[in-house]
Amino acid sequence: MGITFRKETFRDDFTFKNSPEHIRRFPFPFHEDAYMYAVNIEPHVVGPKGSVLENLIDVDEHYVAEMQDRALVLAEDPLRCQSLPHMTLAGWDLLELLMEQQALGYPEHFTLTRDGDRWRWINRPLGIDDTFTFGDTSTLPYGPMEYITRQSQGDFCILDQRDGNLWMDAGMVTTQADWSLDFDIGMNFFEWHAPVPLAHEKGIFVRALKFLTNIQQGKPARRLNWTMTINPRLDTSPENYHKWGPDRATVTPENVGDKVHLRVELQSFWRLPRSNGIVFPIRCYLIKMDELVTQPKWARRLHRVIRDLPDELANYKGLTRFRPTLVEWLSKLDDGSATSPGFGPD
Amino acid sequence: MSTGTTKLDVVVSDVVPVNDLVTRFHFRRRDGELLPTFSGGAHVVVEMRDGERTRLNPYSLMGSPLDTREYTISVRRDDVGRGGSLFMHRNVRPGMEMVVSYPVNLFSLDLRAKKHLMLAGGIGITPFMAQTAQLAAEGGNFELHYTCRTASLGTYADVLRERYDRRVRLYHDDLDERIELDRLLSTQPLGTHLYVCGPAGMINWVRDRAASFGWPSETVHFEHFAAPQPGLPFDVTLAVSGKTIRVDEQQSLLEAIEAAGVDPPYLCRGGVCGQCETNVVSYDGKFIHNDHWLSEEEHRSGKKIMPCVSRFEGRSLVLER
Repeated sequence: MGITFRKETFRDDFTFKNSPEHIRRFPFPFHEDAYMYAVNIEPHVVGPKGSVLENLIDVDEHYVAEMQDRALVLAEDPLRCQSLPHMTLAGWDLLELLMEQQALGYPEHFTLTRDGDRWRWINRPLGIDDTFTFGDTSTLPYGPMEYITRQSQGDFCILDQRDGNLWMDAGMVTTQADWSLDFDIGMNFFEWHAPVPLAHEKGIFVRALKFLTNIQQGKPARRLNWTMTINPRLDTSPENYHKWGPDRATVTPENVGDKVHLRVELQSFWRLPRSNGIVFPIRCYLIKMDELVTQPKWARRLHRVIRDLPDELANYKGLTRFRPTLVEWLSKLDDGSATSPGFGPD
Repeated sequence: MSTGTTKLDVVVSDVVPVNDLVTRFHFRRRDGELLPTFSGGAHVVVEMRDGERTRLNPYSLMGSPLDTREYTISVRRDDVGRGGSLFMHRNVRPGMEMVVSYPVNLFSLDLRAKKHLMLAGGIGITPFMAQTAQLAAEGGNFELHYTCRTASLGTYADVLRERYDRRVRLYHDDLDERIELDRLLSTQPLGTHLYVCGPAGMINWVRDRAASFGWPSETVHFEHFAAPQPGLPFDVTLAVSGKTIRVDEQQSLLEAIEAAGVDPPYLCRGGVCGQCETNVVSYDGKFIHNDHWLSEEEHRSGKKIMPCVSRFEGRSLVLER
């Protein structure tokens, strides 16, 4: 059977939409009616069928359109993809991981055949059929990280582990929530998290780093993060702030349902075997309010979360400008009744 | 499952005596599949079923990371140790089914280095076997200085010389040959990283000299697994699980906790990785800290202990386990 890939855009006319099945599988990030930071990390193991966790690397109906959007971003700004010289081995590690996982989860769309270090990779949705020598960069059209992340949904940061810290030394970042790889490249874990409010005081990053530097091969972990985006735009980068920042001033009571999107990041963490680095895929899921509120539990809960969010967090997430309009709109869908525990729709 | 890593079901595919003290063990997967890829410097924890006891000892992987058909480790027999190495030498035979952990690397190469300067003492050669294989395959720049007691106890010295020729320098204690450490440390090109694995005295010597020559600590890497030391027996109360246990002379505190059916996380069992760090609820007595994880301040505070290598002497100890 396989996935029916949508033809859609994440810019200009913004034709991005979720099918009804994709609305139900949306990774809604709130398990209760309030939100505060926590080290919400858990083992990244396979979840229920029909959820985004059915496979450890998720491919969905937006795959082809997202890869086309990535190609457009890279054509305009090649610095969205960078790899410091010592990170090539980690790039091969990532290529192996993503090819294996995509071929395992979606055999109708991807096939990997290995004969020693001669590998053949077939990517049917994108019309790719390449044979190359694993470990020999000259046999691929791009470096190994760029090659495979042009064919994989989500952003990817590869972190080098040394001196008891993690270093942002390579990445493909085109679907980010207002941060810049070009700015963060070469920084360590505390440096690139410096702008986050409240969490440093709670000691969250010290504990998180300790956990991450101990991630073991074969035992990936994950967490969810979230923000909100006006229009279904994947590339909300600081480099392009002039294109999307002003959108926040365009929200009106009439267009909230169509313009305001909940943006959820499924972040996972994997030890890479040859380089001993960590790869950190950040997979972005978007859903517009009109789609989200088709699940009454999510509508009630989101209303309460956004209404009660501490101001520092609302500011950091860039919600301040349109929060009152959004809360007012959501309040009409909240009859005050209780919500069931857990993330899923009723 | 008690550990921080996934387990691998393996079969002993070969046992090869290397010299009077060292024996090499080969493991393959029981299902015939390839083993997980690893990076040079990684170790596995080998589970030994020794009668009633389960011993868990870490050993460096010494094969080439490019060949994952089998894992190989080399075990030096320690006649006065706690018995893990003796078990390996006396009881482990080809065809035996065993369990090892996934590889874990706490002694990783810094891949930014322009040159890798490696110093090995005795059985500390094993992680360098894998690291040199990895670097040689990538055309990496390395130099290995290996000191051993005598030529006949120079484990793999011949193999290394044959593979890497003049990139390997050997030093024999019985011939009074010594690594000219000061000369080495003062003549390296910029961008060199230093790696040392061997007895504690050697590691401390190299680290001290490197510091006095102005080497930044980020460029000095060392593998320092402390073996748990035997000591006087002591009693411990585990507050969370409500158990009181006795730690025998030859047992580590971590092993005693595990024997009582409580499973703290662990990775290295050598006082390095920090996984089994345990809070102290109360105590009346004296800690014998042997780890390299807690700070001196934490050691003095009486609030934390690393049960894999540290012990206690005194009237009472209550742990948050």
